[in-house]
Amino acid sequence: MNTAAGADAYLERVPLVLRDAIVQWFPAPTQWLVHHLITVGVILAVFGTFFAFTTIAERKLLGRLQNRLGPNRAGLPWWQKGPKLWGLTQPFADAVKALTKEDIVPAAADKLLHFLAPVLVVTFSLLTFAVLPFGRNLIPVDLDAALLYFFAAGSATELAIFMAGWASRNKYSLLAAMRALAQVISYELPLLLSVVPVVLIAGTLSTREIVVAQGFWTFGALPHWFVFTPWGAAGFVLFLVSALAESNRSPFDLPEAESELIAGHLTEYSGFKYALFFMAEYFGLTALSGLGVTLFLGGWQAPCAFLQFIPSYLWFMGKLIGMIVFFIWVRGTLLRLRIDQLTRLAWQFMVPLALVNIGNAAFWALTAGWTGPLQFVRWGVSIAIVVLPFVLIGRRLNAGRAPRTYQYAAS
Amino acid sequence: MSPLQLCLVLSSLLFCIGLVAVLSRGNAILVLLGVELMLNAANINFIAFWRYGPHPDAGTGVIFVLFSIAAAAAEAAVGLALVIAIYRHQQNIRLQEATRLKG
Amino acid sequence: MTFALILLSLLILGSAAVAMALRNLIYSALLLIGSWAGIAGFYLWAGAEFVAFAQILIYVGAISMVVLFAVLLTKQGHAPEPVEFNSVSRFITGLIAGGGVAGVLLGAILGMPLEVRTAGTTPTLTVKALGAQLMGPHTAALLVIGLLLTVSLLGAVVLASDERRDQPEDAP
Repeated sequence: MNTAAGADAYLERVPLVLRDAIVQWFPAPTQWLVHHLITVGVILAVFGTFFAFTTIAERKLLGRLQNRLGPNRAGLPWWQKGPKLWGLTQPFADAVKALTKEDIVPAAADKLLHFLAPVLVVTFSLLTFAVLPFGRNLIPVDLDAALLYFFAAGSATELAIFMAGWASRNKYSLLAAMRALAQVISYELPLLLSVVPVVLIAGTLSTREIVVAQGFWTFGALPHWFVFTPWGAAGFVLFLVSALAESNRSPFDLPEAESELIAGHLTEYSGFKYALFFMAEYFGLTALSGLGVTLFLGGWQAPCAFLQFIPSYLWFMGKLIGMIVFFIWVRGTLLRLRIDQLTRLAWQFMVPLALVNIGNAAFWALTAGWTGPLQFVRWGVSIAIVVLPFVLIGRRLNAGRAPRTYQYAAS
Repeated sequence: MSPLQLCLVLSSLLFCIGLVAVLSRGNAILVLLGVELMLNAANINFIAFWRYGPHPDAGTGVIFVLFSIAAAAAEAAVGLALVIAIYRHQQNIRLQEATRLKG
Repeated sequence: MTFALILLSLLILGSAAVAMALRNLIYSALLLIGSWAGIAGFYLWAGAEFVAFAQILIYVGAISMVVLFAVLLTKQGHAPEPVEFNSVSRFITGLIAGGGVAGVLLGAILGMPLEVRTAGTTPTLTVKALGAQLMGPHTAALLVIGLLLTVSLLGAVVLASDERRDQPEDAP
């Protein structure tokens, strides 16, 4: 049970106490403004740093996965003989490099839209952070329709992709932007459908209440996170795959496949504008990971009841880092898909499975009163609703196709 | 002028912008966008009357707008598919030239 | 409150009017998206949170994409639309008709003594109450709109698909 003692713990309240202490210094009429500005500033600072260290973590982990070291040279500026710090200052060196590079705008480009696209994409990817509950008391805006807000703010990034591709006046940029859009729009559907079961069971669109609904433990050690139910596990897998595709990451990174194409719709961007797109991609990934943590992995809830003494925001950050590391691992492991495989996966496989999963959640909600041996029936039926369509649709899609042969791979 | 009247003025002006576009532009896509603007103007009226009406707790205005947005989405999809079909037949989308059935 | 409403109105009307007057369709579409976002801002101002986010999600996220795809698929992207020979007369006719309608509507609105609820507080309608309304008295309408959306999706696919079907060159 969600104990009230946990909410009152001093460590839980530290961020709020600090914020109120700072707000006290300002005259009363401006206090509300300062209050919100501090929230915005903290989110920018925390996730800006998080972005910087995500890039270095990704480069180092990918290096290890590909049997090399990754960046390990960057030390401290003006101190050549100083400690190397395992190359941890690399992202700051990269930022300086991006800022000092020449900003090239093609002569034929639409100057205004070419400039607006990176600004828009960063703005909207940052806006999605507003409704994520980072801790027990830490939610920037507690909206009643928070999930809808999240997807509304996220959908505006499609516009920025289009603007980037069109304003470049480069036919390859435009084609790549259309491919990226086709991908993002195709995977928006399974993403939204995989979230609906959670809303159905929790009975709310508010992210804060969805996390509270997961704050129970059986025997004090088995958390009631949604991922530990049959429909939740299926929904989480669907969510993960769609999130990978939404944030244009490998194995779905074909619009800007770095080893085959130049950079897709970002071909004509250089210097800091390119860095902004790069940043927005990581912000989008972080926000989607945060949403996945909130919806399926219990948000800021501790996995065991006795671990509640650790502040909730640390649990959230830990889960978030786990998700990001998982995404990096996937990127280093899986092969890139082709565009027809990509859209077929979305429309013929994931959308039907997500629809079936909504029915599964409805069954789960209807049988909430079953106890005793009926519990086993409930779990059995629910698992069958997940597994049977998976097997049947998979068989049907693979029918008539010989096993794949690899011409150049050693057998 | 009360806020309700201000909302109504906004929606009627928006409606007229859409109407002028529908009547005077020859481009099929712009005509469709004008129709969308007129629908949006109607939605603004629904929300304004819900906000300042006698029974805001009933929520009928909000629900009507939700249905109207869904209908607008369907309209846009079918309309733009028609535009693409017209383009395939006559290689442009000027409505004045879409006279294939005219005797 | 009223000041915010006036600002929003100027944004909505200005971007809509300029969008309808431009000859470059991409600019028109992008400005119109700004206008739709402004309308979502108006819904937020009026306290209809859910509708505002739905407006952004559907208009800015979905309809705008369909419009932009249509503009590019019909090759209207780069070259501005040519001026036609009778466009001026049509424009004047349209302007007269639109101005007439505007005059009638504005006269009716300003001349009508509208009863306004005096309590200035924004009505709150929670998502839960909205859902109960949708699934309670409005279930039939919800089913009909679902059917309408499905049929129109199928119709759009049939209309826009090319008759000359190519075989997918390399099925996996």
